[in-house]
Amino acid sequence: MTISIDPQKTNNESLQPKGWLRYFSFSLDHKVIGIQYLVCGFLFYLIGGSLASAIRIELASPMSDFMPRDVYNQVLTLHGTIMIFLWIVPVVNGAFGNYLIPFYVGARDMAFPRLNAVAFWLIPPSGLMLVASYFVDGAAQAGWTAYPPLSITTPQSGQIIWILSVLLLGGSSIFGGINFIATIIKLRRPGLKLMQLPMYCWAMLGTSLLVVLSTPVLAGTLILLSFDIIANTGFFNPVLGGNVVVYQHLFWFYSHPAVYIMVLPAFGLVSEILPVHARKPLFGYTTMVFSIMGIVVLGLVVWAHHMFTSGTPPWMRLFFTIATAFIAVPTGIKFFNWVATLWGGKISINSAMLFSCGFIINFVFGGITGVALAQVPFDIHVHDTYFVVAHFHYIVYGGTVFIIFSSIYHWFPKITGKMLNEKLGILHFIITFIGFNLCFAPQHWLGLNGMPRRVAEYDPQFQFVNQISSLGALLMAISTIPFLINVFLSVRNGKDAGDNPWNALTPEWLTSSPPPVENWEGEAPLVEEPYGYGKNISERK
Amino acid sequence: MTTLDSSKEIQKNNFEVNETHEDFRMFGLITFLIADGMTFAGFFAAYLTYKAVNPLPDGAIYELELPIPTLNTILLLVSSATFHKAGKALLKDKNSESQKWLFFTAFLGIIFLICQLFEYFHLPFGLTDNLFASTFYALTGFHGLHVTLGTLMILIIAWQSRIKGGRLTSQNMFPLEAVELYWHFVDGIWVILFIILYLL
Repeated sequence: MTISIDPQKTNNESLQPKGWLRYFSFSLDHKVIGIQYLVCGFLFYLIGGSLASAIRIELASPMSDFMPRDVYNQVLTLHGTIMIFLWIVPVVNGAFGNYLIPFYVGARDMAFPRLNAVAFWLIPPSGLMLVASYFVDGAAQAGWTAYPPLSITTPQSGQIIWILSVLLLGGSSIFGGINFIATIIKLRRPGLKLMQLPMYCWAMLGTSLLVVLSTPVLAGTLILLSFDIIANTGFFNPVLGGNVVVYQHLFWFYSHPAVYIMVLPAFGLVSEILPVHARKPLFGYTTMVFSIMGIVVLGLVVWAHHMFTSGTPPWMRLFFTIATAFIAVPTGIKFFNWVATLWGGKISINSAMLFSCGFIINFVFGGITGVALAQVPFDIHVHDTYFVVAHFHYIVYGGTVFIIFSSIYHWFPKITGKMLNEKLGILHFIITFIGFNLCFAPQHWLGLNGMPRRVAEYDPQFQFVNQISSLGALLMAISTIPFLINVFLSVRNGKDAGDNPWNALTPEWLTSSPPPVENWEGEAPLVEEPYGYGKNISERK
Repeated sequence: MTTLDSSKEIQKNNFEVNETHEDFRMFGLITFLIADGMTFAGFFAAYLTYKAVNPLPDGAIYELELPIPTLNTILLLVSSATFHKAGKALLKDKNSESQKWLFFTAFLGIIFLICQLFEYFHLPFGLTDNLFASTFYALTGFHGLHVTLGTLMILIIAWQSRIKGGRLTSQNMFPLEAVELYWHFVDGIWVILFIILYLL
């Protein structure tokens, strides 16, 4: 059976609000939903960033003098949860995925437009609920991991709101994942083969598989945890005969893949950006596809490397150490491919390129500390110290957030039809890069010297290094200002971008900027070589 | 402008694209059921780990009787068959026969839920008595929620199939096929649950 698509009808044009109002409506247009994700995510990034600043202000002095200790716990829990579930996951999957994937597969919209809109509209209420929980008897205090028995013994209302909010966000994520899998596999334009898809499609396919396979486990676990909190059951409560390690296994079965859910789409996005600005085909397309799928498979069987100090038996430690070390292989292949893509290219030094190069530098560093953390003796030494915090932020901030900014600089001309100011962009990059490294590089040293994470007070000997770190955080906060000015100025009176300012070959650039509701005036173009840079030029000669 | 040349080339390939596409709602449903199955997989993994690692404390009661769950297994397996019958009947445009089978399937689902509640009321342990009691209620309760939703959906499509040429016809089988797949999925989960909870 076939279903006919009439964008006029599915979007019900006459009933839809026009102009900026449509971003506040239940729009079914994948481009509108993508921008909704992006702007909503960025607002939560500002909230999460303010919380991070509060943490760094507190840690600028060894005593807990800026806020009470329980407030500090609430702030770090909210910071982690907001940044992961409301900024990185929705933006790097939802925003760019919704905007780009239909273009890349040559479709007019996502496979399930209504489900798509539902998935987005679950996010603002659950995010607001999470933030509001601070004002209702205090937010959750058990960190974004919500380990019992800590999450059972801390004040209940905040923890329950936290669980409810994460469940809704998980549901949104699953709906999005189902949509992406169906769109990429089933909605491809006739004649477009899987191996001709831009790399971001592969990354999103892998990510969505991880979302669909692992997020439900987190949902089930959190339901059991909420029973422990509300109904006084003992699933994870040792006092009532429960088992806390089971929670950790189930939690990390989601939350380790969650790292790949946050990072794989960034891998895909950087694979789109580098070839365009280096004017070279993406190096090693096939190896890239297989390494993405390799990461998906391996990513599902490495979770217990977060639990080396949880009484894990020796065979488990051995297995998870080896499996984790193996992940470095596909990841390394991808990094060599990106460097090889740049090698000998005609590189334009612009904001998008700089942020992508910053990503490569930061992520290699985070990846190396990741391999180090997989080794049991080393991990036991630095477990729950600032070394882990530094490693994690090198992956998700130095990696993914750099790519989010890079992608904004790259696709802003397509989304708005206006160019961003390059000078402000480069200024943004320089402050972010210096601030980020100043903030998180010293934390490796702090962790190695035994400063525990998630504690408001610390030994006075660490004060100087902590102040350097806080200075870096200040720079990171400042770096947002040129970016915001840039976006506001450019939306109002930026230089006209034209349809294809980067001379890119991927399908989204083959339509007008901003694209029409139907994505293309006529037929969807068949792009067989999305990275065919250099080839057309030789043909012309 | 090399790229614009290539884009012109591309637009020369003009044939019907994307104005129609195959129906992949079933594909989406299967993906969702895989996700749903993973929730159960998490619960099963937790239960099996408890069984292997956590001893039953002294004096705690955790005993299950077989007759009711065995009856329930038979009920669900029969209901899968009757649902299949309903689909076959609808395919031959026999709406009233299809509706009869659907109502019978929903009836079996309701009997299942009643039996489940009966078992709950007659078990010698409550939700918070011990770890295994809690896990038992969580697993069967979560499955029971699925059966409840399934029964409601069966009643809805049974209502939809009341007239020939209405919402549910041999030309538009999707609602029936979707609920049928969901129902088989819930049955399959029950069989695994029965083996793990009652037989192991």
